[in-house]
Amino acid sequence: MTVLGYYPGCSLHGGGRELDLSVRELVRLAGAQLREIADWNCCGATSAHCMNHDLAVALPFRVLALAKEQGLTRVLAPCAACFSRLKGTNVRLANDPALATKMKDITGHDYAGGVEVISCVELANLLLAEGLAGKFTAPLKDLKVAPYYGCLLSRGQDIVTDDAENPVAMEPAIQAAGCQIVPWNLANECCGGGFSMSLKDAVVDLSAAILDEARAAGAEAIVTGCPMCHSNLDMRQLAIRDAGRSAGDLPVLYLSELLCLAAGADPKAIGLDAHFIDAMPLAARSQP
Amino acid sequence: MSRVGVFICHCGENIARTVDVVAVAAAAARMPGVVHSVEYKYMCSDPGQQLVKNAIAEHKLTGVVVAACSPRMHESTFRRAAAEAGLNPYLLEMSNVREHCSWVHEDKALATEKAVDLVRVMVEKVRRNRALKPISISVEPTALVVGGGIAGIQAALDIANGGKKVILVERELSIGGHMARLSETFPTLDCSQCIMTPRMVEVASHPNITLMTWSEVESVSGFLGNFDVTIRRKARYVDLAKCTGCGECWNKCPAKKIPSEFDAGIGNRTAIYVPSPQAVPNKPGIDAKNCIMLTKGKCGACAKVCPRQAIDFKDVDKFETVKVGAIVLATGFELWDHSAYGEYGAGRLKDVIDGFAFERLASASGPTSGQILRPSDHTEPKTVVFIQCCGSRDTKMGMPYCSKICCMYTAKHAMLYAHKVHDGQAVVFYMDIRAAGKGYDEFVRRAIEADGARYVRGRISRVYRRADGKLIVRGADTLAGTPVTIEADMVVLADAVVARKDSRALAQKLGVSYDAYGFFSEAHPKLRPVETAVAGVYLAGACQAPKDIPDAVSQASASASKVLALFSKPKLDREPIIARVNRNNCDHCRACINTCPYKAISDLEIKDRNGKVVRVVADVNEGLCQGCGTCVAVCRSRSIDLDGFTDEQVFAELAALESQTK
Repeated sequence: MTVLGYYPGCSLHGGGRELDLSVRELVRLAGAQLREIADWNCCGATSAHCMNHDLAVALPFRVLALAKEQGLTRVLAPCAACFSRLKGTNVRLANDPALATKMKDITGHDYAGGVEVISCVELANLLLAEGLAGKFTAPLKDLKVAPYYGCLLSRGQDIVTDDAENPVAMEPAIQAAGCQIVPWNLANECCGGGFSMSLKDAVVDLSAAILDEARAAGAEAIVTGCPMCHSNLDMRQLAIRDAGRSAGDLPVLYLSELLCLAAGADPKAIGLDAHFIDAMPLAARSQP
Repeated sequence: MSRVGVFICHCGENIARTVDVVAVAAAAARMPGVVHSVEYKYMCSDPGQQLVKNAIAEHKLTGVVVAACSPRMHESTFRRAAAEAGLNPYLLEMSNVREHCSWVHEDKALATEKAVDLVRVMVEKVRRNRALKPISISVEPTALVVGGGIAGIQAALDIANGGKKVILVERELSIGGHMARLSETFPTLDCSQCIMTPRMVEVASHPNITLMTWSEVESVSGFLGNFDVTIRRKARYVDLAKCTGCGECWNKCPAKKIPSEFDAGIGNRTAIYVPSPQAVPNKPGIDAKNCIMLTKGKCGACAKVCPRQAIDFKDVDKFETVKVGAIVLATGFELWDHSAYGEYGAGRLKDVIDGFAFERLASASGPTSGQILRPSDHTEPKTVVFIQCCGSRDTKMGMPYCSKICCMYTAKHAMLYAHKVHDGQAVVFYMDIRAAGKGYDEFVRRAIEADGARYVRGRISRVYRRADGKLIVRGADTLAGTPVTIEADMVVLADAVVARKDSRALAQKLGVSYDAYGFFSEAHPKLRPVETAVAGVYLAGACQAPKDIPDAVSQASASASKVLALFSKPKLDREPIIARVNRNNCDHCRACINTCPYKAISDLEIKDRNGKVVRVVADVNEGLCQGCGTCVAVCRSRSIDLDGFTDEQVFAELAALESQTK
């Protein structure tokens, strides 16, 4: 895996900056390269498919077509929503032979599949298969971690290969980083998703339950791969704390951040100091 | 000169709707050799058959064509009628104008034309039919019953009580099957052991039954009345002739922590063990995988204490071949492994158990002596959630069928729980309650009304264990339209009834067909529910489809009656559709011998009067030949023909079509 197409999407340029930084650092540490798709556009996220089905397919279709035109065969979409939209478009194209023609009419691009889309969890597993574990010179010895998948990294039968009801795909990477996985129950529960702004109370309720459960299971940190989950569990943890629902001290890490720490990366360089709930003490747990 | 009669059936509207039957009769009347041609509304009815019989006598018919349904449906009906009228039954043929014509076409003109063609073809065949005589084969009046659960036991006892010999093969150390593991049985709540164990003892002591436990069917050859079955007598390491079942050995065995299959993992057993105190035979065997002596080469504690020197660590599998006339398959079922359901804990939650585990908890002879204690901490659960349709009716899991028994046994579990834990609450989640059976719906009502089980219609989306040990059960109440969350102490899953993992392998040994799920297929879903498509092989119990005890017993008795009827005559008539070798022409190339799928052809030495072999030719065994015609196709010297389907007949049929298309 030398050159990998990169689709940052909106989150990684905004609230999910740590994800962007840590993924880039992780790929660099692994000795691979990212090439951002030139002239990429919005994946459509949660809005497009509520408004117009064709638009919801056309947006990611154009991104994939550009990737193909730019000679990319594999694209990393670190944001779970982008990943779901992009890979879902590949699945739709495979299931509906007439779709490519229709999309060509709309976007003016030729594309009928052939660009593989991977998530940040799949990236971790691919890098592990290529010997990433050897780079973990500073493992986070015995850090108790609750892996949290949410909906988009566990669901979509043709999109996610993991078991939707009992996802386990993050476990090999977390264990390779020296951490201990706590058995817990809400790894695929809803965090409130896109209602972070519009229905804050619902997010507080749902995310509070996840934080409580992780804490009760003995977790010292939650690990996730989705910027939406991250903002609900990290940023909204302040509101949850203010509502008296939790202590408000459970750090939430991206999987890529955790792996970078284990590989001895500079915590500030990967944005660990930009969390709402202080995650910097975790860096100290990384022991060469 | 042939005198053929043609009889066209309307089959009510089934044929007449798309085929102009009057026109077909008129066309048939003009065909060469046809002297009589009529149509009738229901040819298979009594007056219809009478029509055929009368015509045979009146018109001195030498051949009959009945243009109606498939010969699989009514060929035997009409051939019997022909025989009653004095015509050799093999001079009557069916022309299938229903399945092959009216049911599959819409254009009446074209369908009528095709029906005329189909009749013409068959008239040409019948003109060349020869009278055939049924072949008589001998029958070995011993039955093999495979599987010693309640179905196999019932079949074996019925056949044995009918005066015939039975060999009962059971793969486990003891007979009894799943029924011996149950606590009580629906819909009467009588104790399973109390009604089961006397039958098990009766099997063991019956003079007509040879019991082979710890044994499996290795291979089967032969045919109806004459099967040769090789049975693998697995190494038991205990000589049953010497062993008295005193129990010294299993009390001394140091390998004590092996999860007991009989107790569904709720209890443990030793490496040398009897599955249960009520086992028949009540003598142990050694589980070689877990025996310290057999795996590590040292221990032998059991052999040291055995007062009869019955233990032999050098025991090996032995093979025994038996000759039987009929085989009853009663190999039963398994419960599906619910660990495929991530939402129910993926099999990792100790207190999420299956139906058998609950039976063992409730059983007086079980590991808890009948106390309901949950496996994780041996405390009495105060709230138990029962989830029906776990795997059943789930196309995603590959089981779209209903497992049939779960509604009833779940109601029973809820009752037993209420009777044993007075301050407990049973909650049953169901999709539908399917309680069709004598006294069944009343039984479910009793669980709800008298024993207070709370029935909630809806599916469970998630079961997980909270840190304090409670199982959180979340789902939907689809009648109230609300989400439900229940804090339970134990969850019982009604796992789907599935075929034995190796059912397909056994079916293949016998040539028995099976469905997409591995259940054995009956010959006809309504009219031949206990026979298989292989003559002489019958089905009993849940190996055919999910069944409760009364159904399994009924089917077992039905199978036994079929076997007894088969054994009631020393000789058996079979269809004479077999291959015949023209010995004068055969040049013994052996192509037929090598290709026959039934191994029915062998060498025959022709000797002169001094006993000197002058020629060797192929010879067909009439009992083994199934009339498939493969040998006819491969014979280079055209020395083999198939009675009833000779080359002459088949070519005449083709020629009849050919002449018409020109």
